[in-house]
Amino acid sequence: MEKIIRHTGVGVPLRRSNVDTDQIIPAVYLKRVTRTGFEDALFAAWRGDETFILNQPAYRSGSVLVAGSDFGTGSSREHAVWALKDYGFKVILSSRFADIFRGNSGKQGLLTGQLSQDDIELIWEVLENQPGTEVTVDLEQREVRCADIVAGMEVDDYTRWRLMEGLDDIGLTYRHIDAIDDYEASRPSHKPRTLA
Amino acid sequence: MGKTLAEKVWDAHIVRHAEGEPDLLYIDLHLVHEVTSPQAFEGLRLAGRKVRRPDLTIATEDHNTPTVDIDQPIADLTSRTQIETLRRNCEEFGVRLHPLGDTEQGIVHVVGPQLGLTQPGLTVVCGDSHTSTHGAFGALAFGIGTSEVEHVLATQTLPLRPFKTMAINVDGELRPGSTAKDIILAVIAKIGTGGGQGYVLEYRGEAIRALSMEARMTICNMSIEAGARAGMIAPDETTFAYINGRPNAPQGKEWDAALEYWKTLRTDDDAEFDAEVSIDASELEPFVTWGTNPGQGLPLSSTVPDPESFTDEGARVAAERALKYMALTPGTPLREIAVDTVFIGSCTNGRIEDLRAAAAVVRGRRKAENVRVLVVPGSHRVRMQAEKEGLDTIFTEFGAEWRHAGCSMCLGMNPDQLAPGERSASTSNRNFEGRQGKGGRTHLVSPLVAAATGVRGTLSSPADLDLAAN
Ligand code: SF4
Repeated sequence: MEKIIRHTGVGVPLRRSNVDTDQIIPAVYLKRVTRTGFEDALFAAWRGDETFILNQPAYRSGSVLVAGSDFGTGSSREHAVWALKDYGFKVILSSRFADIFRGNSGKQGLLTGQLSQDDIELIWEVLENQPGTEVTVDLEQREVRCADIVAGMEVDDYTRWRLMEGLDDIGLTYRHIDAIDDYEASRPSHKPRTLA
Repeated sequence: MGKTLAEKVWDAHIVRHAEGEPDLLYIDLHLVHEVTSPQAFEGLRLAGRKVRRPDLTIATEDHNTPTVDIDQPIADLTSRTQIETLRRNCEEFGVRLHPLGDTEQGIVHVVGPQLGLTQPGLTVVCGDSHTSTHGAFGALAFGIGTSEVEHVLATQTLPLRPFKTMAINVDGELRPGSTAKDIILAVIAKIGTGGGQGYVLEYRGEAIRALSMEARMTICNMSIEAGARAGMIAPDETTFAYINGRPNAPQGKEWDAALEYWKTLRTDDDAEFDAEVSIDASELEPFVTWGTNPGQGLPLSSTVPDPESFTDEGARVAAERALKYMALTPGTPLREIAVDTVFIGSCTNGRIEDLRAAAAVVRGRRKAENVRVLVVPGSHRVRMQAEKEGLDTIFTEFGAEWRHAGCSMCLGMNPDQLAPGERSASTSNRNFEGRQGKGGRTHLVSPLVAAATGVRGTLSSPADLDLAAN
């Protein structure tokens, strides 16, 4: 997993609250067997609308999504995080995230930073008035900078550490590989095996 | 203070414990099927990781598999892709696979116990919520998500926070005609579909002890419908006898060592549960669901409830919505509800005893005219056994369709589906809107009720048939 310490990229203002995972990626895409290539599925229902923010050239290369409150509610599908990452988003900013979505994001290296709704509004204004403006998300300083706005960002310590170290869940468990080896060494031999 | 069964199994699997962090738990058995595994394998591939313990992993094809013409290529492209992907992945990562057409192919939760892989005291996981089935052996068995599947494939462990424990005491003796399915439907109706949330349920009491292994599996299977993470039953002589001699059961000295350990797997007398619920089995009648969640169930002798009779606002709204979807009128006797389809199968009730029970009811009879009856064994072995006993003939003479093994109409991922507006009596576990096909209406029932319903064409129990015969 890629480490994130600081990220700078074009900010995309998504002025909608309660964006649920069905809107992030509709259920029809869950039938796929791949883990990558979900960029076309992201916000699929809205992508047909020319005026939708991601269809505007200035935002197309966006990597920081600045969303309304309660982002990621609904079903726990992990595909929502894959779709956002595949599209190119590195960071989602919102004043409130759904718990499961936040958990899934942290595990897969997508940074979810919590800002006050006031700061979100200020950043929206800048991004809408000057499309293509970059946003810097400083995980180390827990800070978001955009034009002359400097906003405090909330990220829990554990997730911040993992993202800065670039550790996914499996990478984290690999750190305890000795403990697993030890455990296996003392497992009773009567436990079943699937292979001869 | 003593420990509960669930706590004993948990504690025996802690690889690492650190204050404030989830426990790292060792996984003894990982079951894999085609729907929830593709992205997990791809995740491994992308990160250049391998499967740590292929010898503790086993895969089968079940959710998408057709139940007719199984020697033909699968028509549905998505289904075919998922199956082909599983085959490629198992080959590449060295995982044992039982594909369509193989003797050991079948629903993952039927296959594990049948091979003797499911044993007391194990931790068992699968990317499927009905993994709780395996708890019938005194294993701690629970469903996981795709990234957890990847985690287990890579490390054979999972970081987890402990569950709470709930005792479900089922005392008394079941009346003839009432079965394990009726016990679990009654439990869910009592505690609600969220009642088990955060808990491992332990089913206890004389009514549970009296059940066969297969009946115990039916109960543990539906723990998830009560919102629980897992269900367990302490192993006893019934359990040991069931495992003994199966292909993957321990043998010789290993058997003795295993048995000694298994006998310690019971809740200590001085252990405390976080919650307790009691049910009297001797009062249970055959249960059927009338709504669109498994908690909306009643004894067969009841009538469709009036939403106005629910004091709880949420329950009232849910009932109103359910009755609208199910096209039912309050006050209608449940026995008068006519069905289009009877489905006998699934990981809840697709084992040999279930087929025997259903066959005993329909033997020598003809199905009601407008009813389609689908009998789908839970595994290929169950199918072979049934054929050995002549059950297939009983079913076909009855007018039922005798199918190949798989999940089939339990979730309709293959062509076995209800048409919009069609109604079924189904031995499966979920009656959600559209579960068995878009617009389909499901009544969950036991195999006995399913069979009797096939005879009369309306929701019925075997007792109704005897009355008619007299
Ligand atoms: S039979 Fe139904 S519940 Fe069981 S594994 Fe298959 S789809 Fe899931």
